[in-house]
Amino acid sequence: MNDRMLTMAEAIREAMSIAFDERPEVFLLGEDVGIYGGAFGVSGDMYHRYGSQRVLDTPIAELGIVGAAVGAALAGMRPIVEIQFSDFTAQAMDQIANQAAKIHFMLGGALHVPMVLRTPQGSGTGAAAQHSQNLEPWFTSVPGLKVVVPSNPADAKGLLLSAIDDPNPVIFLEHKLLYKIPGRDSVPEGSERIPLGVAKVVREGKDLTIVATGIMVNKSWEVCEKLAAEGISITLIDPRTLSPLDMLPVYESVEKTGRLLVVQEGPSHAGFINEVIAQMAGSPTFGSLIAPIKRLAGMNIPIPYAPQLEKAAVPQIEDIELAAREIVKNWR
Amino acid sequence: MTTSPLLIGHPLSSPEHARHALLYMCRIRKFEEAVEDLFGRGMMHGTMHLSIGQEASPTGMCMALNLDDQITSTHRGHGHCIAKGADLTRMIAELLGKEIGYCGGRGGSMHIADVDTGNLGANGVVGGGIPIAAGAALASKMMKTGKVVVTFFGDGAMNEGAFHEAANLAAIWKLPLILFCENNKYGMSSSTEKAFAIDNLKDRGFGYGIPSVNVDGNDVVAVYEQAQIAVERARAGEGPTLIVAETYRWKGHSRSDKNLYRTKEEIEEWRLLDPIPKFISRILETNILDQNQIDAIQAQAQDQVIAAVNEAVKAKSAEPAGLLDAVFKAVNA
Repeated sequence: MNDRMLTMAEAIREAMSIAFDERPEVFLLGEDVGIYGGAFGVSGDMYHRYGSQRVLDTPIAELGIVGAAVGAALAGMRPIVEIQFSDFTAQAMDQIANQAAKIHFMLGGALHVPMVLRTPQGSGTGAAAQHSQNLEPWFTSVPGLKVVVPSNPADAKGLLLSAIDDPNPVIFLEHKLLYKIPGRDSVPEGSERIPLGVAKVVREGKDLTIVATGIMVNKSWEVCEKLAAEGISITLIDPRTLSPLDMLPVYESVEKTGRLLVVQEGPSHAGFINEVIAQMAGSPTFGSLIAPIKRLAGMNIPIPYAPQLEKAAVPQIEDIELAAREIVKNWR
Repeated sequence: MTTSPLLIGHPLSSPEHARHALLYMCRIRKFEEAVEDLFGRGMMHGTMHLSIGQEASPTGMCMALNLDDQITSTHRGHGHCIAKGADLTRMIAELLGKEIGYCGGRGGSMHIADVDTGNLGANGVVGGGIPIAAGAALASKMMKTGKVVVTFFGDGAMNEGAFHEAANLAAIWKLPLILFCENNKYGMSSSTEKAFAIDNLKDRGFGYGIPSVNVDGNDVVAVYEQAQIAVERARAGEGPTLIVAETYRWKGHSRSDKNLYRTKEEIEEWRLLDPIPKFISRILETNILDQNQIDAIQAQAQDQVIAAVNEAVKAKSAEPAGLLDAVFKAVNA
């Protein structure tokens, strides 16, 4: 196996390490990011390599931690703040949504907040409702936040480097089921960036366009593979950055396929993926659709505990496969 | 270290220092009165939170700071901005929604920031600036800039989680932070008696291992003296100090306040403790300036505010064009 087949946790650590080496003002702070190596092992050995001044363990105080990151960013540092579970960002939401997101605009551009908030999200670990949410819909509804959702290690590395470079607050949502698995592609060496706001066409086909976020890209890939064997070819698009959103490849693809399926893990009501549908509905490409747009999203419920219930709460590979087959079969 | 155009030092250490302290307190008073007047005449939009009666606290605190030391401020923040050296015209212009205003009309009264004078911004959220100030102090420590950061907040903010989380971070990391509480006795309508089960707010600091002091917040000399001790501690790497300045808000919380929660007598009692005459009597006692000089300084403050209002009123209104581009700072800019 190629030794560049890193897991997402390894790729994120590599990106942080590159940024640490490039810029003295970059530092990491969060709960248990030091000797413990992070709740999901993402910071790993960075404490030993960079020391306690740059890998800063904090008390359990999300509002204080994020506020300190905002203030440090205002004062010339480039903090990466890790919140142990995305659910806990609720504790820090004033600093995220009222402070970090608004400072540049509200203060007339006098100050800006070059901060990255990294946090694991998503279901599938049996941790129940307060440790399993997908918060893409929350953060994408706040003007002033950039929102990045990597679906694989190579993207995670390049996107995180861009996020750290960015002069604005970036929410970097990492799916915890992806941390320990290598991607399909090896992770490039070096410090090449992947720009924010550029969607990725993961594979191209002619029968259906799927737009999916985060772990749903991986699930959709499985469906693409399976249906390809049956002669159904699918274009799979990963927006990667949800704010700002790059719709161009979606329009280009739907003009060819005429069919659109959108998939997200977060709850359907007022969810992020609805924005993709709304923009499509208002675009000239709408006329190219030969099928109603199909949406798959999480149920409008808190994530339940029992494995069979948890599985039922969010789209699974079988759900995506069924939806894809039906669109292609029913609309010709 | 940048040298401040503001005067640093004890308000009674020289005629120039006395002049500075008096001028800045009067500027704050006259600024607030002008704001109230503009509201009364329907020329100003939104709301206002006036700091009349509290002028000694920001003035005394900022006379202990270098220009590049930093502050965070509050919804009642005009005094902090002025004491740190903000431009009066750009402040009034912001309140009038003008292009030359500090935020180009996008922030208004509660969001004035002035990078040139180390003002990291007022804040519309009670307690919102305290963790931010802790972060700026963390940056000072990490970058070894020697900067001290002061976070101004009111008594109401001491019951916010933000105060507690930030105070703890500042204490464990020994940050060069001064937690400056202006205890003006009311969080909107809630008195400190109703909102606290302790008699002295400074006791909150001890729970975090932070040296904490009370000071007469209407005495610019006393405020400076405590501020100076806190600044020295912070610069020496000894960590944060909590200063609780006892003062009083003469006016209502905001324009809608009918003062139903306090008595006229109480307000009158505090008006007798006006920080400006209090300092003038200190000046006269020490013969550092004479009455003519004092009168001239007060007239100068009035003239400066009038000139700022006149210039701001004439300035160009902010336009909606470009609002979308203002949300993010351009990458590579």
